[in-house]
Amino acid sequence: MFDFISFIPRAVVQGIPLLFGSTGETLSEKAGNLNLGIPGVMYTGGICGVIGAFLYEQSVPNKADIIPLFAILVPLLSCLLGSLLMGLIYCFLTVNLRANQNVTGLAMTTFGVGIGNFFGGSLIKLSGSAVPSIALSTTSSFFHAGLPFADDLGWFGKIFLSYGFLAYAAIAISLVTAYVLRRTRTGLHLRSIGESPATADAAGINVKKYKYVATCLGCMIAGLGGLYYVMDYASGVWSNNAFGDRGWLAIALVIFTIWRPNVGVLSSILFGGLYILHMYIPSGTNLAIKELYKMLPYVVTIVVLILTSTRKKREDQPPQSLGLPYFREER
Amino acid sequence: MTKNKREPLIHITKRVNIPIWFPLVVHAAALLLALLACAVLTLVMTGENPLSLLNSIINGSFGSSRKIWVMLQNTAMLLCVSLAVTPAFRMRFWNIGAEGQTLIACLASAACMILLRDVLPNWAIIVCMAAASMLAGAVWGLIPAVFKAKWGTNETLFTLMMNYIATQLVAFFCVVWESPKGSGQIGIINQRTELGWLPVIGGQRYLLNVIVVGLICVAMHFYLRYSKHGFEISVVGESVKTAHYVGIKVEKVIIRTMLLSGAVCGIAGFLLVGSTNHTLTTTLVNGRGFTAVMVSWLAKFSPFWMIMISMLLVVLERGAGEISTKFGLNQSYSDMLTGIILFFIIGSEFFIMYRVHFRKPGDKEGKLNV
Repeated sequence: MFDFISFIPRAVVQGIPLLFGSTGETLSEKAGNLNLGIPGVMYTGGICGVIGAFLYEQSVPNKADIIPLFAILVPLLSCLLGSLLMGLIYCFLTVNLRANQNVTGLAMTTFGVGIGNFFGGSLIKLSGSAVPSIALSTTSSFFHAGLPFADDLGWFGKIFLSYGFLAYAAIAISLVTAYVLRRTRTGLHLRSIGESPATADAAGINVKKYKYVATCLGCMIAGLGGLYYVMDYASGVWSNNAFGDRGWLAIALVIFTIWRPNVGVLSSILFGGLYILHMYIPSGTNLAIKELYKMLPYVVTIVVLILTSTRKKREDQPPQSLGLPYFREER
Repeated sequence: MTKNKREPLIHITKRVNIPIWFPLVVHAAALLLALLACAVLTLVMTGENPLSLLNSIINGSFGSSRKIWVMLQNTAMLLCVSLAVTPAFRMRFWNIGAEGQTLIACLASAACMILLRDVLPNWAIIVCMAAASMLAGAVWGLIPAVFKAKWGTNETLFTLMMNYIATQLVAFFCVVWESPKGSGQIGIINQRTELGWLPVIGGQRYLLNVIVVGLICVAMHFYLRYSKHGFEISVVGESVKTAHYVGIKVEKVIIRTMLLSGAVCGIAGFLLVGSTNHTLTTTLVNGRGFTAVMVSWLAKFSPFWMIMISMLLVVLERGAGEISTKFGLNQSYSDMLTGIILFFIIGSEFFIMYRVHFRKPGDKEGKLNV
């Protein structure tokens, strides 16, 4: 019998970083910026959170003296700051300096993953402290704390209430993003920039400002995905490359949800489920088959990509000017 | 009243008649600034004198004849993948799936080495490897191209996804062909018999790679510049409408170019398995497929500049690797430095294309000093 009660929470936990990443990327893509730097941003967000938490934990000599509020705020803010900086680099290069988005994005991924692995591997040496490895279990316990009555409610509590606060934040953020994009004037302006920046510009919308705000906010949201991963999923233990290809999976999720963050809530859980399905499939001694199961999220994404492009439904298309630079003078 | 006329602090104009030396100077300046930034960063991290940083970089690539050959081999492989993606980029087909196309070719090569080792003689295995890897790479490039040509499916995202399918396929076969059993790794293939290993020429293991890639580089230059195909590619890249108008079959050009792109990636995969590594792992291509995108773009699709830029990136990467070993830092230090250098070079492109004018102090009349 397939064990749903243990499967679903694990799928959700896998899905949350993807949800953060894809919500951020959707926001950025709706403004016409195909940000391939998201994997790098998520690494940076994660490691900045780790650095913040590490320095805070080191500065408090006694573990019992750690104030929960600071233990959460310090990593959270440093994560947001780190990802914001990445977003600013991307915007400056693509919006002001008119660089190619794909190239800039890939450079950001190289840079961000490099930052993550470098500081992850060298933080202890650089800070000159005597701990053997980065294990932020105290900070992590605050991030991980589920709702207090989750344990009393059996399977219901386990499936719906057992997650850290960032998981609920992810869902809230994606719903709010979906609402803003679809129902507000700001969202309308943003979408019009993604579809046709020249038209938006002519209508008096400040294209640069919107692109900056959307992409930087997108990066900050995506960075939280990295933070959630280390602090909650990985229990505060940073190991290099453990985050893996989840950043690319988040970009895949954007396509899968056909650019709708609210669809992302359930799809990210589905993706998370597909990501760990191989652990739940009885394969006996044949370990190789598990590797093929890990392919599923990507295959599904390609199928969706093909279907949306062949069906030509207008509301399901990528933003028209996605990945294209906009220079007012070159109309 | 003056408020409406106020001239912005900065305005930009497009440069006309850019002299041939100008991009070189700007790039060199950007590189210098980037190195300066890296030096400051290294100084902060290690407290080491920036000059010794330069020393480490040079030592990392030119310190011994072995290091020079490793550097040349890495340059050749990066260059090969960069050359592969170039024709596609010239027609604005954003193939960021070179990683997957190369990896699937590695898989095909390794498959030939493993499956045919008891069946065919050595030379036949090598021929099969070359054919199979080029075919595999071409097919991997063909799939997104067909969908792009027929339905306009977004190729950037499609090729990106194909990378991971290739990775998982390789992971699958790594377990299937694992040796020794249970290790999940293939190890060196045919270590004892050396079947399917490309011949070592001139006593240098990597010389063959360098020569092959050099030939591809020259061929690609002529293909893009002087052939009818190359012309069609650039027309499609400039304007699909023009291409339709002059009677170029755009679908055909897209599919043909991606077949070529994939096949050249295939050669890279063939060389990686047959000549350099003799093994198969999921990380064999080592991100070159992504770096190649940047190399090709920064070189403005010119094969000659690609040699320079790929060598520069490899030298910097190995130099940063040297620094990290020397100071006991993490190996990813080089990725970080590479990122910084790329940001500077990417940013410098702007200053080649455009001129920045600042508002002169006190000049609030609104006269543009164009």
